[in-house]
Amino acid sequence: MGVADIVIKFVLIVIIFAISLVIAMYSTYAERKIAAFFQDRVGPNRAGPWGILQPLADGGKMFLKEEIIPTNASPFLFIAGPSLAILTACIGSAVIPWGQQIIMGKYVIPLQVTDINVGILYIFGVVSLGVYGVMIGGWASNNKYSLLGAIRAASQNISYEISMGLSIIALLMVTGTLSLKEIAEQQHGWHWNVLYQPVGFLLFIICAFAETNRTPFDLPECETELVGGYHTEYSSMKLGFYLFAEYINMFISSAVMATLYWGGYNYPGMDWVLAHTGPVIGPLIGTAVMFAKVFLFIFFFMWVRWTIPRFRYDQLMDLGWKILIPLAIANIIVTGLWITFIK
Amino acid sequence: MESLTNKRKLIESKPLNFLERAYLPAIAQGLAITMKHFFRKPVTISYPEEKREYSENFRGMHSLKRDENGKERCTACGLCALSCPAEAITMIAAERQKGEEHLYREEKYAAVYEINMLRCIFCGLCEEACPKEAIYLDGPHVPSDYLRKDFIYGKDKLVEAPLNQ
Repeated sequence: MGVADIVIKFVLIVIIFAISLVIAMYSTYAERKIAAFFQDRVGPNRAGPWGILQPLADGGKMFLKEEIIPTNASPFLFIAGPSLAILTACIGSAVIPWGQQIIMGKYVIPLQVTDINVGILYIFGVVSLGVYGVMIGGWASNNKYSLLGAIRAASQNISYEISMGLSIIALLMVTGTLSLKEIAEQQHGWHWNVLYQPVGFLLFIICAFAETNRTPFDLPECETELVGGYHTEYSSMKLGFYLFAEYINMFISSAVMATLYWGGYNYPGMDWVLAHTGPVIGPLIGTAVMFAKVFLFIFFFMWVRWTIPRFRYDQLMDLGWKILIPLAIANIIVTGLWITFIK
Repeated sequence: MESLTNKRKLIESKPLNFLERAYLPAIAQGLAITMKHFFRKPVTISYPEEKREYSENFRGMHSLKRDENGKERCTACGLCALSCPAEAITMIAAERQKGEEHLYREEKYAAVYEINMLRCIFCGLCEEACPKEAIYLDGPHVPSDYLRKDFIYGKDKLVEAPLNQ
């Protein structure tokens, strides 16, 4: 691995990091704008043309607010909570393949930070670490509402991670690999996994909603019952980190869903496009397709948020344990039979 | 008991069937409904830039009118103050001096004319009581302010702008 490789990797990491932060930033804007459109309103339109500078204004506000650490809170853990939340949100993007490799003269630039052969397990590890940020923050605040929110977040994430893992197992039986790069390549053209695993995708997207604490599973932060949930006591940029982590998580889980089930950077007719546009523009078009899919998923997240009311806590647990897990197991069995007898 | 109004509806509570328990069809329906709203034109009026039109019979801020020669019509008879159910109007009358004929139409005029906009209920009775057609509630709505005393509008705010010279 020469100097050029290291520079290329470094630049790629910086770009992906910057992109995920910018997308998270503008997700807040998109969320408010989309919410407004769904409710026949206009949305934020004062900061800059069409309110395009609204995220900057929000960020500036967050930075300038007074920072409050409650007297009886545990100071170290109180700060560790949001740091952990944003850290785990950011490192998830390392294994996602954003496109095919670009060939520029003698340099080969892979559009993926690292292609480890246990990519999916890595994602799962990062996702399950994510709940620690919420739990530690909620516990360290020394506040009933925060604690309740944290407990809800922990139990919800654990319950839904099981069915998420089971839905992935069926997918892995079809693909036969854990590497996200290989999974993406197998879906060349229009052979997207969602065509072979529709039930698995349905389970996965439901679990993704629960893992990112989005409506209808946003019980950890439901305002009507728990004031603010696990971040009740947080103010200033530490609150900003929690909110930001949620949006980055949404972006990463959209990217994972696009890669695993919706073909990642593949699209019908990609060979023709690749042959006609060359080895630089062609892969970049694939990357654009990938981002288009990601944005569609983010839009879907927001669309669902403004449609479905929140689940009650016992309904949430019922759905997770009594419906999703049996369904996921049934899906594994049907997939196994299909692989054995038909394929 | 027999219903007198014909409005009573019998409600049966049936157990949900499989499709209803599966949530998903209902969720799809809901998504379709919200998507319809997504493309609907917003009803918002961005206030400072656009203003909603007042209706024809809207009663807003009062204005004291001038006649066709630019003289103030009000003769300080006090009928408006008398008719006011909220007792929002006060005035002090004065006699017109020599050389002020171009300012006031009648020999008596209101030197001070004050309406307390916090008391006023915009009923329009002053308008009806006025024998000189001097007061009309034809302005915009009264703007907000910080102090109570600033809601007592004097002649400076009430009298119509003079005809252009």
